Amino acid sequence: MTPLRPARTLLRPVVSPVNDAARLELLEYFLAHHDDPSRYSHASLEWLARYVGVKRSVVLIVDREAGLLVRSAGYGIPTEDVEPSVWSLDARDPLAVALSASGPTVVRPGRFDGPAQGTPSRLLGAGSFTAVPLRGGRGDDGNALGLMLLRPANGAAADITWVATVLGQKLDQIRGRGSLTDEVRKLRRERSLLFTIINAVTDPILLTDTEGRLIVANARAEKLFAASEEESEGRRRAVELNNMLFSAALSRSAVEGGAEARELLLVDPSEGSDLLFEVLSSTVEDPREGTGIVSVLRNITDLRRATEQIEENYQRLRVLEAAARTERDRLNLIIDSVADPIIVTDPTGETVLMNAPAEDLFTFPLGAPESAERNVQANDAHFSSFISGLLLGETGPGEIRRGEIGLLSPTTSEINPVEAIAGKVMGESGELTAVVTILHDRREALERARLYEQLKLASDELQARVQAATAELATQNELLRRQAIELEQASRLKSQFLANMSHEFRTPLNAILGYTHMLLQGVAGDLSPAAKRQLQRIDSNGRHLLTIINEILDITRIEAGKMPIQLSEFNVNDIVPEVMAELDPVVGRSKLTVTPRLSPFAPTVRSDRQKVKQIVVNLLSNALKFTHQGGIDITVQYDPYRGMVSVSVSDTGIGIAPEHHERIFEDFRQVDDSPSRQYGGTGLGLAICRRLATSLGGRITLRSNLGQGSTFTLTIPLEPPQ
Amino acid sequence: MSTEQGPLILVVDDYEDAREMYAEYLRFCGFRVAEARNGNEALEQAFTLVPDLILMDLSLPGMDGWEATRQLKSDERTRNIPVVALTGHALAGASESAQKAGCDSFVTKPCLPDDLVAEVRRMLGTVRNV
Repeated sequence: MTPLRPARTLLRPVVSPVNDAARLELLEYFLAHHDDPSRYSHASLEWLARYVGVKRSVVLIVDREAGLLVRSAGYGIPTEDVEPSVWSLDARDPLAVALSASGPTVVRPGRFDGPAQGTPSRLLGAGSFTAVPLRGGRGDDGNALGLMLLRPANGAAADITWVATVLGQKLDQIRGRGSLTDEVRKLRRERSLLFTIINAVTDPILLTDTEGRLIVANARAEKLFAASEEESEGRRRAVELNNMLFSAALSRSAVEGGAEARELLLVDPSEGSDLLFEVLSSTVEDPREGTGIVSVLRNITDLRRATEQIEENYQRLRVLEAAARTERDRLNLIIDSVADPIIVTDPTGETVLMNAPAEDLFTFPLGAPESAERNVQANDAHFSSFISGLLLGETGPGEIRRGEIGLLSPTTSEINPVEAIAGKVMGESGELTAVVTILHDRREALERARLYEQLKLASDELQARVQAATAELATQNELLRRQAIELEQASRLKSQFLANMSHEFRTPLNAILGYTHMLLQGVAGDLSPAAKRQLQRIDSNGRHLLTIINEILDITRIEAGKMPIQLSEFNVNDIVPEVMAELDPVVGRSKLTVTPRLSPFAPTVRSDRQKVKQIVVNLLSNALKFTHQGGIDITVQYDPYRGMVSVSVSDTGIGIAPEHHERIFEDFRQVDDSPSRQYGGTGLGLAICRRLATSLGGRITLRSNLGQGSTFTLTIPLEPPQ
Repeated sequence: MSTEQGPLILVVDDYEDAREMYAEYLRFCGFRVAEARNGNEALEQAFTLVPDLILMDLSLPGMDGWEATRQLKSDERTRNIPVVALTGHALAGASESAQKAGCDSFVTKPCLPDDLVAEVRRMLGTVRNV
């Protein structure tokens, strides 16, 4: 069944003549040890082997009550064959016969077909052996106490008989003390128990010799390391492999030394699956059996699996832990970055965590003034009373508690109205874990609300003002519109009035001039020179009045936008002699020289000929009026670059101071407005000229200084404006 | 009508001084003259006398000069008589409205008797040539 080897001999067998000294040695031993039958038996067999040359021998002791033979000692037989070491005593067994024999009996095994466990006679191997009954010295009922089986037992019968007698007496002596049977039973029970225990151990346990050969194995180990011939090929292979692996592991262990655990991978012969074992080997020194190695194999397949699982879980846990730490760090960052104070309190009311703004309120630096400490204590008290309700469970889970508390600034002792918002953090099983409180500074909100209110007031006021201003503006606009309408009506009425007036003026003037003319023509007969001169004065003043009336009419027409423009093509050069002819009587009366300076380059213009002439007549008549000596030049010029033609009237008259240059173009104005002024005229002439020039797309400019004469220039474009 | 006397001029004007002044000067210059003070009289005289030329003041009481001229120009008997409009209205559009009414010429008052006679002679010459 298992690899076996003969138990190692403790004593070298020496065959020598048995003498008294040798016998004394055994007896001496017998005297020294008196309590263990097994030891006496063993010593006896060793003695026989040494001095008589018995190579194999067994001592069996009879348990008559139980009808059993119990092995007490063996020599030169396989150690494993001590199992079973108890045999039932069958009457047909040759050993039973030998027990009742008076002397040594030669037994031939094989002749008896005994019970399944066989007989002890097999212990000595095949072939015959000698059975020597062991009897007490008291010569009892003839039944021996035991048997000594020997092989070979040829010769030296005297020594054998001597040993049997000595041993028998000793056994009888021990039995007489009543200890033999008890001892045997005890031994039997212990052995049986030991094997039961060993077999009960689920871990394979093996005892091997130093070479790795198996000596003892428990049931669990046998499953791994033993296979009978009848078993399957696969199973045997597996067993073979396991033996090799185990031997290798043991030799490694022997080389590397130490008794530490090592792992061994084996094959499960019945399942074919891998099994991982932890091998605990330790060397045992047995005084009889020599050095052996006890190995305990612990199946750690599941353990390894569990370990791996644990490792995996641990890794996962570390990842989760890292994630949690990151999350916590982030949370801390968030909490610290919140400007509002945040406080986390545990269920006992202790502060677990607070961010920097909260620390400003609830802590004070070392060396801070006493007031800071007092303020912080006051804040603590306020805060504690606020969250006490939550801690005492007055609010349900998930409920938020709000309140306003006044906290003191530790440094300035200023009261901050703070809105506190607190909520419970519940654990998985619904227990209170912490209370989180956020304090919101109300000052800013209050200040903002106040500012907003102010802003709103200001805005409302502004809006009211804007509305008032808008209404005022609308009123003013309406007023202006009405005024504009009234002005327009007034202007129209004025124009109409002036038109009518001029008609009304002209009708009588027509008669005055007409009759004066008729008298001068001699319709009423010849006139005296004085009458004629006087009539000429009437005629002259009448014509002057007509001029004034016409000028007023012109201004009226221009202002009313009713001055028609009649375009034609003409050369400005042609205008000059016509103007001079018209004013010839005046020129004649003044002693002045009027010199025309025409331009051969002046092109034909397209403009209102009558109005251009009217302007030049006006300019020349002014020049004649304000010049007392010297001359007047009328100059036509052409500016091809600007496409303009100009007529200038230059005189050597009194001149006009630069500060009056604009004034003289205004309506009804002369330089001298006083009632006692020296020069007559309506003062409308230049105003009309400037308006007419503008209506033609041109302009009138003046170059003059006091006492240096004046040059008025009319400039008109070649084409009228669009 | 005797031809040894000058052409007959009908002077229409409500303002007596002006009417008589022009009439006297025309007679002085050799014309025969008839007078009317308003539009109705002017039509009556024109149909009766069939003058050689009519001097028509436009602003008249009752039927004004424009209307009188239109009627004269729409009547066979008087259609060919030249009408010279006389007006003190120098405002723009006076001459246009006179032409539109059928006036053949336009003279702005104040107008010296000499100038008026020159215009009358010019108009009569034009008609004669036609």
